[in-house]
Amino acid sequence: MLEVEREQRSVDGQSQSRDVAIRVTHDAQVQTEAPAERELVFELDTVSCYYGSFRAVKDVSLDIQRNAITAIIGPSGTGKSTLLRSFNRMNDLVPGAHVTGQIRYHGLDLYAPKVDPVEVRRRIGMVFQKPNPFPKSIYDNVAFGPRVGGVKGNTDDLVEQSLRRAALWDEVKDKLRTSGLALSGGQQQRLCIARAIAVSPDVILMDEPCSALDPVATLRIEELMIELKQNYTIVIVTHNMQQAARVSDETVFLTMDEDRAGYLVERGLTPQIFTNPQNRLTEDYVSGRFG
Amino acid sequence: MAGSPMSPVTGRTHLAAAGARAVTLRSLESTDRGDRITSAVFLSLLLLGIGIALLSLAAILVWSLIEGAPRLDLNLLTNGPSTVRPAEAGFRTALLGSIMVVGGVIFLVVPIGVGAAVYLEEYASRERWWNRLIELNIQNLAGVPSIVFGILGLAFIVRGPLSLGFVAAAGSLTLTLLVLPTVIIAAREAIRAVPPSIREGAFALGATRWQTVRREVLPAALPGVLTGVILAIARATGEAAPLLLVGAVTFTTVNPGLFEGAYSTLPVQIFNYSSRPQADFRVLAVAGVIVMLGLVLAMNSVAVWLRNRFEQSW
Ligand SMILES: Nc1ncnc2c1ncn2[C@@H]1O[C@H](COP(=O)(O)OP(=O)(O)O)[C@@H](O)[C@H]1O
Ligand SMILES: [Mg+2]
Repeated sequence: MLEVEREQRSVDGQSQSRDVAIRVTHDAQVQTEAPAERELVFELDTVSCYYGSFRAVKDVSLDIQRNAITAIIGPSGTGKSTLLRSFNRMNDLVPGAHVTGQIRYHGLDLYAPKVDPVEVRRRIGMVFQKPNPFPKSIYDNVAFGPRVGGVKGNTDDLVEQSLRRAALWDEVKDKLRTSGLALSGGQQQRLCIARAIAVSPDVILMDEPCSALDPVATLRIEELMIELKQNYTIVIVTHNMQQAARVSDETVFLTMDEDRAGYLVERGLTPQIFTNPQNRLTEDYVSGRFG
Repeated sequence: MAGSPMSPVTGRTHLAAAGARAVTLRSLESTDRGDRITSAVFLSLLLLGIGIALLSLAAILVWSLIEGAPRLDLNLLTNGPSTVRPAEAGFRTALLGSIMVVGGVIFLVVPIGVGAAVYLEEYASRERWWNRLIELNIQNLAGVPSIVFGILGLAFIVRGPLSLGFVAAAGSLTLTLLVLPTVIIAAREAIRAVPPSIREGAFALGATRWQTVRREVLPAALPGVLTGVILAIARATGEAAPLLLVGAVTFTTVNPGLFEGAYSTLPVQIFNYSSRPQADFRVLAVAGVIVMLGLVLAMNSVAVWLRNRFEQSW
């Protein structure tokens, strides 16, 4: 029984590599049409994430394109958050958590001994599932990152610019000194995005950023993400498939095996994953048959 | 006024927390009859406890105000003690001594207590045996009788390695050791109550652990830390027994210095007056109680004011 399943998985593995081939040819076509270069921000090579001896993510290999939105979808507990948190070394903070395999960030091994996780997090920002503004003023929330990063002197322009980019400026410009906690949920989440933008990151990771928000606030964040991808690379975890379909350029589908370890089933351009998935598991999931 | 053998602070704190938890759980649980009766009984026991505590406090206040009224004048604060003229004697030297000793305690206990709490909560790995040992020791120290700290102070602070002699600073150090566990425990509780999402938010913005602690965790934990400090102030102001061992004298007419000269404190002075047979001295002792309550109240209201300023709801 186990043998058979293992075999199946290796078949899955093959279909993955076929997918990559498809995507690469597709990209090549894009390149012939428009000279815009598709640059890779992250390259994951058989990445596994552990909590102690428990393997939460198993042998994931994938690439993340620059200035694109990559959505990671999959049922709960398949290690989506864990994988995302390995991108900016947030899981270093969990005792016993570690990563094997290689994550290259612009070609550089993210887990090399001389890499400082604090530096990593300044370049790779993160927005969490539940909005978590600091219990201080809106202004101080946005200025926090630059200040701890060593920016001295006047931060007014930086704060304004960040809030504008997060589409929050008009709503808060007259109350910058009031507490960030006094805002609505959707505003709080945009404040968290502004706060992340203020340190001029290269990548913004978002872990189910809309799951605590109402549909209107969700739509605003989605519009914002599409705007932001001009300047940033975005990786978003969501288990809202419509959201993945609406905003993302590429989609990665994870599910878990019998050891509860999440593994990559299929990835590719979002329209393809949603309209023409290659794997039956993906098809079942995106058509809402399980998960 | 001397410390009771069981640490009253931790005992009180635990009882209050247990009661609050129990009432909350009760109110969420099922509503069958047996349960309702037990919860009614429990609630009345709690109210009885609170009632007794408040009544005895009120009784002490009213009684001391009435008894001490004849001596509530300025001389009480400005005159030194006297063994012959109780009608004019005051608490100047003891009041200064208390302010000096307790001021020293606050000065020492806040950085040390908060530092220890930050280490244990934010840096120490529970996997390491020595961290677990430190934790266990702090829990136990909170229950050690105060007289033991007096002996410790005599051996190590007055004599021994520090050899400060019988001075106010020695009293301060001794009382600091006495109230340190309380402050550490309260500060740890407060630090633990800061939501992990706040730390994650700071880390994700590229803050170092120290920046996270300094800029987010400590400000948010400050109200809880101050609660511990308030308890510590009250305890340190009221202690007499350990101070008698480290040289607080029952009678000094000269203003104390921190590192030189004899010192006394309010509880020690009150104890001295109250054991004299003449009625005037007993009135003086009661008036001293009022002075001491006033001192505790003044110091604690500053702490409460600070706490309310920084209070935070999530
Ligand atoms: N801090 C942690 N310590 C131990 N196990 C964890 C921790 N966080 C997540 N896990 C486990 O890792 C697995 C994947 O979790 P997670 O990455 O949160 O999944 P998802 O985001 O896809 O729902 C789950 O089995 C979960 O129980
Ligand atoms: Mg998750």
